[in-house]
Amino acid sequence: MARFTRPHFRRCALVWLALLVSPIVQAAPLSIAQLMAGLAKHPQDAATFTEKKFISILDQPVESSGELLFVAPARLEKRTLKPKPETLVLDGDILTFERGQRKHVLQLKDYPEVAGMIESIRATLAGDLQALERVYQLTLDGSHERWTLVLTPLDPKVGAVIARIRMEGVKDTVRSVEILQADGDRSLMTIEKRALPQ
Amino acid sequence: MILTRRRGITAIVLWLIFLLACAGIISRTHFTTDLSAFLPRAPTPEQQLLMDQLSDGLASRLILVGIEGADAPTRAKLSRQIAQRLRADRTFVSVNNGEPVNTERDRIFLFDHRYLLSPAVTPERFSVDGLHAALSDSIDLLASPTGLLVKSLLPRDPTGEMVQLLEQLDSGTQPKLVEGAWASRDGTRALMLMQTRAAGSDTDAQQLAMAAIRQAFDQAPGATPSAQLVMTGPGVFSVTSRDTIKRQVTRLSIISLVLIAALLLIVYRSFSALALGLLPVISGVLAGIAAVSLGFGAVHGITLGFGTALIGEAVDYSIYLFVQSEQNSADHQNWIKRFWPTIRLGVLTSIAGFASLLLSGFPGLAQLGLYAMAGLVAAATVTRFVLPSLLPANFRIHDVSGIGLTLSRVVHRAAALRWPAAIVLLAACAIVVDNRASLWNDTIASLSPVSQADVELDTRLRADMGAPDVRYLVVVSGASQESVLRAAERVSALLQTQVEQGELAGFESPSRYLPSTATQRARQASLPPRPLLETRLAQAVQGLPVRAQRFTPFLADATAARSQRLLQASDLQQTSMAMAVDALLIQKQGQWRALLPLTAPEGVSINADTIRAALSAMPDVLLVDMKAESDRLYSGYLHEAIVLSLGGLVAIIVLLLVVFRSPMRVLRIIAPLAAAVMTVTAGLSLFGQQMIILHLVGLLLVVAVGSNYALFFDRPDPRTPILPRTLASMLFANLTTVAGFGLLAFSDVSLLQAMGVTVAPGVILALIYSAIFARRADACPSNV
Repeated sequence: MARFTRPHFRRCALVWLALLVSPIVQAAPLSIAQLMAGLAKHPQDAATFTEKKFISILDQPVESSGELLFVAPARLEKRTLKPKPETLVLDGDILTFERGQRKHVLQLKDYPEVAGMIESIRATLAGDLQALERVYQLTLDGSHERWTLVLTPLDPKVGAVIARIRMEGVKDTVRSVEILQADGDRSLMTIEKRALPQ
Repeated sequence: MILTRRRGITAIVLWLIFLLACAGIISRTHFTTDLSAFLPRAPTPEQQLLMDQLSDGLASRLILVGIEGADAPTRAKLSRQIAQRLRADRTFVSVNNGEPVNTERDRIFLFDHRYLLSPAVTPERFSVDGLHAALSDSIDLLASPTGLLVKSLLPRDPTGEMVQLLEQLDSGTQPKLVEGAWASRDGTRALMLMQTRAAGSDTDAQQLAMAAIRQAFDQAPGATPSAQLVMTGPGVFSVTSRDTIKRQVTRLSIISLVLIAALLLIVYRSFSALALGLLPVISGVLAGIAAVSLGFGAVHGITLGFGTALIGEAVDYSIYLFVQSEQNSADHQNWIKRFWPTIRLGVLTSIAGFASLLLSGFPGLAQLGLYAMAGLVAAATVTRFVLPSLLPANFRIHDVSGIGLTLSRVVHRAAALRWPAAIVLLAACAIVVDNRASLWNDTIASLSPVSQADVELDTRLRADMGAPDVRYLVVVSGASQESVLRAAERVSALLQTQVEQGELAGFESPSRYLPSTATQRARQASLPPRPLLETRLAQAVQGLPVRAQRFTPFLADATAARSQRLLQASDLQQTSMAMAVDALLIQKQGQWRALLPLTAPEGVSINADTIRAALSAMPDVLLVDMKAESDRLYSGYLHEAIVLSLGGLVAIIVLLLVVFRSPMRVLRIIAPLAAAVMTVTAGLSLFGQQMIILHLVGLLLVVAVGSNYALFFDRPDPRTPILPRTLASMLFANLTTVAGFGLLAFSDVSLLQAMGVTVAPGVILALIYSAIFARRADACPSNV
């Protein structure tokens, strides 16, 4: 939204006018396109995450934490530091997974279940609406200040594993990703934005 | 006269019977082009292993397929379509292109036998502490992205044996997947790996397999003209080299026959002379093939190629007969009296040279020796005993005395070239001595009839595929399957240490898929009885976010595994592990052998000494370096051949000494031949061509052919000049030999090319040197 065309500007002016006169300013509906455009403004993101997995066979959630790094348009790194170091790098269509001595390189589209989960995060961070809409049906709630995006899988193959993904965010940043699996287990990842290493 | 005629008829009848017999033998002869000709007749254990691996080892049965051109989705689609069709074809044991075909079956097999297969199953692992550690590992894994995949297994497999097995089997060297099918690293080629049922040495079966792949590609629904199919592998190599050799031998035979016929027609100006002149040649070729077939049971393509060239020499005898005799039939008898002894001596000299090759442990070389001996004897005998009787009374060829006289004048002046020739010879000796270290190429690759382009394709596809480079193999021998599997397990433990130290990237072992009975029993014994396991489990979960009750399925599985029937080789059927065990566990003549191929770390080669030292404590364990072994085999042949050739030379000298009883005369005959050999060797070295075993055969031929010239030039009394007709016959004989062998020099099959570039210049030089160093005739030849 760096540049406004004239009619666009006029429309925005009208919106502002409406905001000034309206008592329900905060409720201004946020469109998915607007949200995505806002997210797309950040070509690089670094954050720390804490992930809790609620698994039915375990009495307590298992917790892991580490760092997230996103480089537009297609690179997402998830570096888990605790409890065991492991790295997950998605670059384009190639997923590299390292744990201990083991290193696995996969093509994302050959693993639709895994792909669904990871692609949801990457595409959201990239503000790539098309990529998201290929796999999910999207529902957006809330305002620019505080929004909730719910992703429901379109592909039954993905649906067999993931029931839905719920993301919450503030302005142009994603704050949490909750994945509800088809078997009832769920994971909640909270994301803390970090200053970018320059 | 009547007696002569009667003898002639007898000779003709015997000859015809002989030809029929030869034809009968040849019609039943098996022709090969595989490596059999290069394998030793009396192998050492390492060589035997090498031979087995080359002829029907796992590596020999692999065909690597690449699909190039078009776009990635098309290539992947073609790969899937070809694979689908060929998986139903019994020609192939397996067709891999990255599609998860056996995955489900493999998974079930591994899961059902996890307590027998997992090397992690020890008594300690099922103690309270061991269970606690294994459980907390599994829970950690649940938190990881792969947790999703192991979650459902946890109640039945809380110690993570399945994960252990999967990690062990996944060597991590598989090619990447593009659009659901294997592709090269740069993504420009789809890759497939097939294993044929037939051995790699079964060239006919390999050809059928290749045809099946080609057909599946051509008829695939997704076929487009922009996509190309490429194939490589040991079997493919034997098929293409057979085709190449067959094509070249056929083409070269036809061309050289046409060339020689044209040459003879120009000289004789008579079709009947031409036809008659070729009779000894045909007899020689038939006799050669039949003799090799009888002696070796099969005839190698290279031997046939050699036979083609030998046409050029066998035709010499009839040239000598026609050109040297006067223009009437009485003179043919006269020729027999005057010239036959010289030619007979020439033939004997050749035989003395080639007989040494019969002793070679290299069957290919022995075949050439036998072929040459039988061919030359037959051709000379037919010329001597049959041909004169077949000549019509009015038989005459074009008068060549004009050429002869010109030659006489040339030869008369040739002596002037003695000093320049001596200088050339001296220079040649200097070059040979100077380059003596690099004269010979003693790697076996130098013998390969496979073209450079094919070798490069093979290297590329192999690198893309991460195909097993079966250079290093650890071989465990024993009297029973159980004993070799147990030894393989001990070797595996030693090799694992090497992997951890970074000396190896990995290794394979049949014991990984089929543990020894002892190990399986030990693993069963590691599992505590149910009540004990239950108690331990209850203690082990303390401090972990999970309750012991969750693991009731595990208790049931572990209890069942304690009395589970032990794994047999037959249980692996229908899984992708069967292929590995078939290839790695071999029974032969009551002897069992386990093979453990080693994989080198990326970019580093394996240090054989380190591995050998690590294995030194184990009896009946051998580290075999296949490449070094095959090179050693070949350089052994080469050195043996050099010694045998020298032996042949000695035999020739002894023969001449016995006949002439004059060392000076023998020296005069041998000198031009030695000079020709030396000059050719120097020439090859100058042109940067390293000599292989076939150059050596070529040099022997130079001596064999050249000995005729040297013998004709040799006269006890220098005052008797050489007849112009004799000179003309030598020139024609030389030209036909050059035509026959010269063509080989243009072959892409290195074996044939080597012979061509040696013999063609060699025989020319032998003739020139013989003329130059012949004793000067005091009388003027033009007066005769």
